[in-house]
Amino acid sequence: MLTLEHFLTVGALLFCLGLVIALSKRNAIGVLMGIELMLNSVNITLVAFSRFSDGFAGAAQPIAGHAFVAFIITVAAAEAAVALALAVAVYRSRQTVEVDQLDLLKL
Amino acid sequence: MIQLFAAATAEVPGISEAVLWAIILCPLVAFAVITLYLRKLPKIAGYLSILAIGISFVLSLVALVDVLGAGGHYAIYSHEWFRAGDLELALGVRIDGLTAVMLVVVSSVSLLVQVYSQGYMEGDPGYGRYYAYMSLFITAMLGLVLADNLFMLFIFWELVGLSSYLLIGFWFHKPSAAAAAKKAFIVTRLGDLGLLAAILLIWTREGTFAIDEIHGAVAAGTLAGTTLTLFGLGLFAGAVGKSAQFPLHVWLPDAMEGPTPVSALIHAATMVAAGVYLMARFFPVIEASDDALIVVGWIGAATVAVGASLAIVQTDLKRVLAYSTISQLGYMMLALGVFGYAVAIFHLFTHAFFKALLFLGSGSVNHATNTFDMRLMGGLRTVMPITFWTFLIGTLSLSGIFPLAGFWSKDEILLEAWVNDKGLYTVAAIGSFVTALYMFRAVFMTFFGEYKGGEPVDHEDEDSHFHGDPAHPHESSWVMTVPLLILTAGAIAAGWWAWGKEFHHFVEAAVPAEAIHKAPAFSYGIAITSSIIAVAGIATAWAIYHKRLVSSAEIRRTAFPIAALLENKFFLDDLYERAFAVNAFQRGWNRLVELFDTLAVDGAVNGTGWVGAQSSRVLRHAQTGQVQLYGVGIAAGVFIVAIIVFIANPL
Repeated sequence: MLTLEHFLTVGALLFCLGLVIALSKRNAIGVLMGIELMLNSVNITLVAFSRFSDGFAGAAQPIAGHAFVAFIITVAAAEAAVALALAVAVYRSRQTVEVDQLDLLKL
Repeated sequence: MIQLFAAATAEVPGISEAVLWAIILCPLVAFAVITLYLRKLPKIAGYLSILAIGISFVLSLVALVDVLGAGGHYAIYSHEWFRAGDLELALGVRIDGLTAVMLVVVSSVSLLVQVYSQGYMEGDPGYGRYYAYMSLFITAMLGLVLADNLFMLFIFWELVGLSSYLLIGFWFHKPSAAAAAKKAFIVTRLGDLGLLAAILLIWTREGTFAIDEIHGAVAAGTLAGTTLTLFGLGLFAGAVGKSAQFPLHVWLPDAMEGPTPVSALIHAATMVAAGVYLMARFFPVIEASDDALIVVGWIGAATVAVGASLAIVQTDLKRVLAYSTISQLGYMMLALGVFGYAVAIFHLFTHAFFKALLFLGSGSVNHATNTFDMRLMGGLRTVMPITFWTFLIGTLSLSGIFPLAGFWSKDEILLEAWVNDKGLYTVAAIGSFVTALYMFRAVFMTFFGEYKGGEPVDHEDEDSHFHGDPAHPHESSWVMTVPLLILTAGAIAAGWWAWGKEFHHFVEAAVPAEAIHKAPAFSYGIAITSSIIAVAGIATAWAIYHKRLVSSAEIRRTAFPIAALLENKFFLDDLYERAFAVNAFQRGWNRLVELFDTLAVDGAVNGTGWVGAQSSRVLRHAQTGQVQLYGVGIAAGVFIVAIIVFIANPL
């Protein structure tokens, strides 16, 4: 029997993997993939909470979590498009997408 | 909401509150309008100012008649201004015998001075500004005498100080005038510290500023002992500064740097009268404390002595009059010190007329000769008859010659002193001899003998707006002589009120009956003695300065140490300058404050900067520009917060 804990554990593992990737990859595309992974781990958590929660006072099971996830996937897709476009723009001007080379913030 | 406090009897002045406020507001409106709109239209500014003070004068007369009808009893109209915690401030006016007399003195002398100024200040580039300041000055003084509580009184008191500063320094491009204005402001401020302390004391002890309630507390005995004495002495400190009492009299002679009509106003009706008024207003406080009474009386006596003795050696006509004012103010304080509340106000009243007359007369002389130096005058008796006769009558009145105004008031002061304190009487009697001596010295030097040519006009001096020829002096125009004549009428007639003591009963109704001492009956002995003393003074002046039976240079040589002491003003100015201004402040206290500034204040500011610079030296290594390093920081932060939350709230 799968319980809420199983889903939450998967979500947490996925989040940590995504975080490590985002913080350690030198390639900007890799960092983006890590961030997508973190977003999706949150999606899993949301859906799991939604699935395992009971409706208040015998009302129908809430689907707010499901609806949220649908929105997040959409927004994440749009964000990925913007981020990839940025990556392309950065490559055009700096001839690199290695994040440790992009240290303009230091100035 | 109008509160009307009935006096002991049912009689109260029925005057409308609006009239009393209008007395203050008329000159204030003139001040505002002139400052805002009429600076470029000096003639209109002058007329507006005279109109405003004229209205105030008429309303003051109405108030006086009304209060006379009520036998001097009082009415108070008080309104809450604001309230902050326990502190409750009121704006209110009070009308009684004392206030009514002061109102008439202030507004009448001011009106005449304003008219006279049209002639004296003619052609001055600051003519409009002059009338604006004069209006403010008069507003402040009228507000001061009408205020029904100490707080409001203090505000107007300081306004008097401010406007006197502006007027003494009216010709501020002259360094001496600027310095005199500063000196007047700072010296009177020393006294004001005492007044402020007294106000704070009465607030903390009694929780009130209302003059009426303070009188009540003294009469009821709830305000007594050391608190009462300290309160009285604090008030007196304020009066010492404003009324130029020894040892803070040094500002008054220097205040001669202002235009002469300003001097007339300061000396006769406004500034110096404020201190005497304050003491009279709080006479029940002084009266209830023996120590305060002694201090007031003897400071007054010291002032009489210092002022009169210094007046003998002055060569500047205005300075003679200035020291004479100091000495006369000393008489007023002396009178308060011997329970002569009504007498002090009576002398203030008569003095206002003849002193304003003398100052305006000296201004008229200045207009003819272009100088105030008596050594350059002489013989003006024939060319300036109106000025001469009015000046002579003012001088006789000041010397206390029967039956002029000064005789009555000075005689009563001597009488009160004789009855209550023989020591004070001795000082006052000697003072009255010296008064006659120095005033007639001035008269003989200015109006008798040969004319010595005056001061030649300096055509290079752009500030000088002297018209005419000092070599051929002439009488002044009617705007200047008419006020002289009117004031002469006052100097002759203002004293007859004393006969029958109507003035006394009228003024005494303004304070609680407990504080009033019965005035001694008129004494022919005192009157004849004081007349003989005054005539002796005149005769001495005649012998030395007119007939020259004894050479004044000879006297000076014989009594050289005394002459040197007097010519250097008892070295008081030097003492204040060297001991206080230079050593105590410039070298002492100011150095200390400077050290505090460099070490503590600058240290704190520089220290803050130093800490920032030093910590940034370490922290700047964290800014690498590596976005992933920042990400690690954020993640670590979240992790730490999560752990803390988990420890605080275990599952």
